[in-house]
Amino acid sequence: MTNGQLLDGGAQRAINRRRYLDVLFQALALLILCLALGSLAALIADVWSDGFSRLSWAFLSGFPSRRAADAGIWHALSGSMFVILVTGALAVPVGVASAVYLEEYARRSLMARIIEINITNLAAVPSIIYGLLGLGLFVRAMGMGRSVLAGASTLALLVLPVIILSTREALRAVPPSIREGSYALGASKWQTVWYQVLPVALPGILTGMILALSRAIGETAPLISIGALTFVAFAPDGLWSPFTVLPIQIFNWVSRPQVEFQANAAAGILVLLALLLTMNAAAIWLRDHYQKKLT
Amino acid sequence: MSDPGARLLSLGGLATRGGPQPAIDRPVKVQADALNFSYGTTRALTDISIGIHPNVVTAFIGPSGCGKSTFLRTLNRMNDIIPGTRVEGKILIDGTDIYGPGIDVVALRRRVGMVFQKSNPFPKSIFDNIAYGLRINGMAGSRSELAERVEESLRQAALWDEVKDRLQDSALAMSGGQQQRLCIARALAVRPDILLMDEPASALDPIATQRIEELVYDLKKTYTIVIVTHNMQQAARVSDFTAFFWLGRLVEYGRTDKMFTAPAEKLTEDYVTGRFG
Repeated sequence: MTNGQLLDGGAQRAINRRRYLDVLFQALALLILCLALGSLAALIADVWSDGFSRLSWAFLSGFPSRRAADAGIWHALSGSMFVILVTGALAVPVGVASAVYLEEYARRSLMARIIEINITNLAAVPSIIYGLLGLGLFVRAMGMGRSVLAGASTLALLVLPVIILSTREALRAVPPSIREGSYALGASKWQTVWYQVLPVALPGILTGMILALSRAIGETAPLISIGALTFVAFAPDGLWSPFTVLPIQIFNWVSRPQVEFQANAAAGILVLLALLLTMNAAAIWLRDHYQKKLT
Repeated sequence: MSDPGARLLSLGGLATRGGPQPAIDRPVKVQADALNFSYGTTRALTDISIGIHPNVVTAFIGPSGCGKSTFLRTLNRMNDIIPGTRVEGKILIDGTDIYGPGIDVVALRRRVGMVFQKSNPFPKSIFDNIAYGLRINGMAGSRSELAERVEESLRQAALWDEVKDRLQDSALAMSGGQQQRLCIARALAVRPDILLMDEPASALDPIATQRIEELVYDLKKTYTIVIVTHNMQQAARVSDFTAFFWLGRLVEYGRTDKMFTAPAEKLTEDYVTGRFG
């Protein structure tokens, strides 16, 4: 104590050593973060410099062409948006309903456990497998052909496990006291779930839904395997219409030998990124909006 | 068998436990008869027999884990939502066995309201918190009737003057004491005749606690109230009858003044004088 130290030399040295390790670890974590973000930024900058000059209203609203300078992307952009819309319309109600059943109604039986494990496993199945399933089931057996509906059904299968899992997480996060409060007033299970549990879980459900659909919008493999066209010269005009989507169009341009098409591909990537960011922004806005309503 | 009051008088178990028989001027409201309860393989309640009187406050006291909350929750079958629970024996409310066949749990819970330890307002407006029970039970035909019933419930819970100008505000913005009175108002809105309160003031400051206690005192004119508390002064202040639980058994039950001044059981005396628990 006499020399202004609270502890003797040995203990103080041990503390100094731990503090040193603390700083070291922090620096290491920061470095890794910079590496990850840096390489992402470099990628985006590269794509931006290649493709920005091609971005124009004519590009967004144009259709494919043999001449790179005339080619547009509206057919693929509208195809992507349409397919995602139908995917959401198919997967969200089914996924949320399944999650509500599993979380709120199903008894903790062996059957329920088997279903749970299978859903978790399905979320990790490679997307090409879903593509082959979609080809066999929707395109051939159910006779949907290479339509928007077949593509959306395939993607819906792909994202269904993700939606179920994230919805269950959201339902599980609802405090039990809210359920008890509702039951104690004589509410039935259905009333409790519909009027109390789902509204509280909604922000979480929406976040999971948008993340799942963001994954679907970037998928290429399953749509190629069900035979979505790589060259269509029109925007889809109905559920039974043939279609293409942004990742397929980008893939198509990248594989062209002519250099000019590489710029188109880069511009296509920028459009896809913008679409993704818009969806994620919408997710964050919706979540905050409903969270504010709850408090 | 048909007269629950007569059943209480003939309850040998209670008499041998030595508690002074509560004065009975009206038939008992709630009659538990040799009730056993387990969570899975863990026995939580053993051989509980008790007759709870109408329009009085009955307090359940005992150390943590003694089964007082579990017993309270058997009275509106709130334990049903916990998987793996088992009930043996009978609980009669106005002579009807609530665990009997053909009993509608939803109807039971409308007659037996409950207030929880931690206030649990719904994340909705003050108005909607009260209106929820009325809406789901189809108890308000028109908007004006709904508003009337909401006001009436808030007045009963002595909350109306504090919130009448901000009924559309979120219930979560209220103070802890107000939230708990809102939960009481919410329970009263569906017009139960029994009100169960599970340590309703344990998370509140002394002033908010006092308001809840005054409220309990007023409400017993209309309702049969059962209150679980770990605060013995509170039991002494608000209740007319007290039941002392220990290790899942009912040790002694009787008039509160007797229980606190001249209990029949040594265990009760040790507990109420603070020697354990």
